[in-house]
Amino acid sequence: MSAVPITRRSAPLAPPDLAAWRKLLPSAPTRRQLRDKLLAWPVPLAVLLLWWTAARFEWIAPQVLPSPEAVALTLRDSLVSGELWANLQISLVRVLTGFGAGLVGGLLLGVAMGLSPSFKDYVYPLFKAFSQVPVLGWLPLLMLLVGIDEALKIILIGKAALVPIALNTCKGIQGVPTRFIEVARVLRFTRWQMLSRVVFPAALAPIWNGVRYGLTHAWLTLVVVELLASSEGLGFMIVYGRQLFQLDVVLAAVVVVGAVGFALDKLLALVEVRLLRWRKEAF
Amino acid sequence: MLPRALRGWVLPIVLVVLWWAAVRFGWSNSPLLIAPGKVWQTAVEQFASGKLFAALGASLWRDLAGFAIGASAGLLFGALLGASRLAEKLLGPSFHTLKQISLFAWIPLLSVWFGLGDAAKVAFLSLAAFFPVVLNTFEGIRSVPADLLEVGRVLRFTRVQTWRKVILPAASPSIFAGIHLGLIYAWLATLGGEYLLVSGQGIGNTMVDGREHFWMDLVLFGVIVVGLVGFALNWVASRIEARALAWRGGSVAQF
Repeated sequence: MSAVPITRRSAPLAPPDLAAWRKLLPSAPTRRQLRDKLLAWPVPLAVLLLWWTAARFEWIAPQVLPSPEAVALTLRDSLVSGELWANLQISLVRVLTGFGAGLVGGLLLGVAMGLSPSFKDYVYPLFKAFSQVPVLGWLPLLMLLVGIDEALKIILIGKAALVPIALNTCKGIQGVPTRFIEVARVLRFTRWQMLSRVVFPAALAPIWNGVRYGLTHAWLTLVVVELLASSEGLGFMIVYGRQLFQLDVVLAAVVVVGAVGFALDKLLALVEVRLLRWRKEAF
Repeated sequence: MLPRALRGWVLPIVLVVLWWAAVRFGWSNSPLLIAPGKVWQTAVEQFASGKLFAALGASLWRDLAGFAIGASAGLLFGALLGASRLAEKLLGPSFHTLKQISLFAWIPLLSVWFGLGDAAKVAFLSLAAFFPVVLNTFEGIRSVPADLLEVGRVLRFTRVQTWRKVILPAASPSIFAGIHLGLIYAWLATLGGEYLLVSGQGIGNTMVDGREHFWMDLVLFGVIVVGLVGFALNWVASRIEARALAWRGGSVAQF
């Protein structure tokens, strides 16, 4: 149906060869996007060049700043030897276990506080006081109580993830617009329908926000816990390199830490797009 | 049913009573199980001897110095990114890449470059405050409504006037949110810095000390102090925020 008016209109207006040519050239927005992408490069390249020259002419001692090649070589070597993979795997298992525990706890706590005002009255002040002490404040205490084994890391990472998830879940549920609830009442939804069709879908965006914060905090905590108390993992690689004054190892591990943090956040952002796809239809 | 105001006290009181009972009736003979009264004694002793103030003073001084440096650098950088599309395209991607690196991973590098003393700690703290301030300043300035800028143009505002009367006021809620976050991150980083760059004085060092000597009372006291300071910083920041944004009034509530 719709194809008919288009052919009728386009035939006299644009000769077909011009349209074909236009297809070959990048259209205006992509050309601008390309220019923007290129503009991102001068600064990092200049820094890299400066770094490289500084290392090349030994303006700075290699113990203080190793050359970019040394870092790249170390990164490659530790990838090839499997050392990096082993450490990365340990770190990832830790962060996912801790995050998983924090996620389950945070969701349960957040849902309970969000749905039951009287539960919130009892629990929220203690929760708030508990969350005022940053993860690092609990560290010495937990080291005394559970030692410096896996339990310490899992508990701290779990705590780091739990607080933002619980807070956002609770706020998200309480922030569901009353209009929605009223509509559901008019439709005589059962309590279960009310929760599964109205409350949770409406609260999903803030809850997911909390989950993303939780994962970011979990990763941050993993690094600091491994720096302080570990004999394996990415954080340990950093400490180890630092102790031996092998800054190329430190920098290589820092690069990996950054890349993994980025990848984890991107992963959750992708899931978010899928989870919240239905929302777009409204606009 | 208890009145609402009292409900929040139930759980903490139950916990303290359990703790007290555990000590009183000897449920565990671990040396780590110490009486609540012992923590109180330690607190009094730390107060009276001035040790608390020395440690806390050192921590807070560093915290505020690093925060001041990081937040002002962050404001300038965020404003630059927000005001100039070119600056955003040139520096934005590099900034967002650096931001991905977990904060504490910087410490070993900083310790090589700045030593283990106050310089490294302050540098680390300013880094901790820098990132959230830049992000929020940038987003605040970018989300200034175009209508407001048009009104400014109609009134023939100069550049300075546009910034002072239009852009900064419109971006201020987001900027304050960034400063607030920066303050919280700086406090977290103060502790982290003291654990990882162990030298000198500070509340973090007090706790490390307590842990090494198995002084549970000192560690618990440290946890409480850290929580209270975090709470106080939060409170001060939200007061200042409320004050500074008071002119916005209840404009939202009128709808």
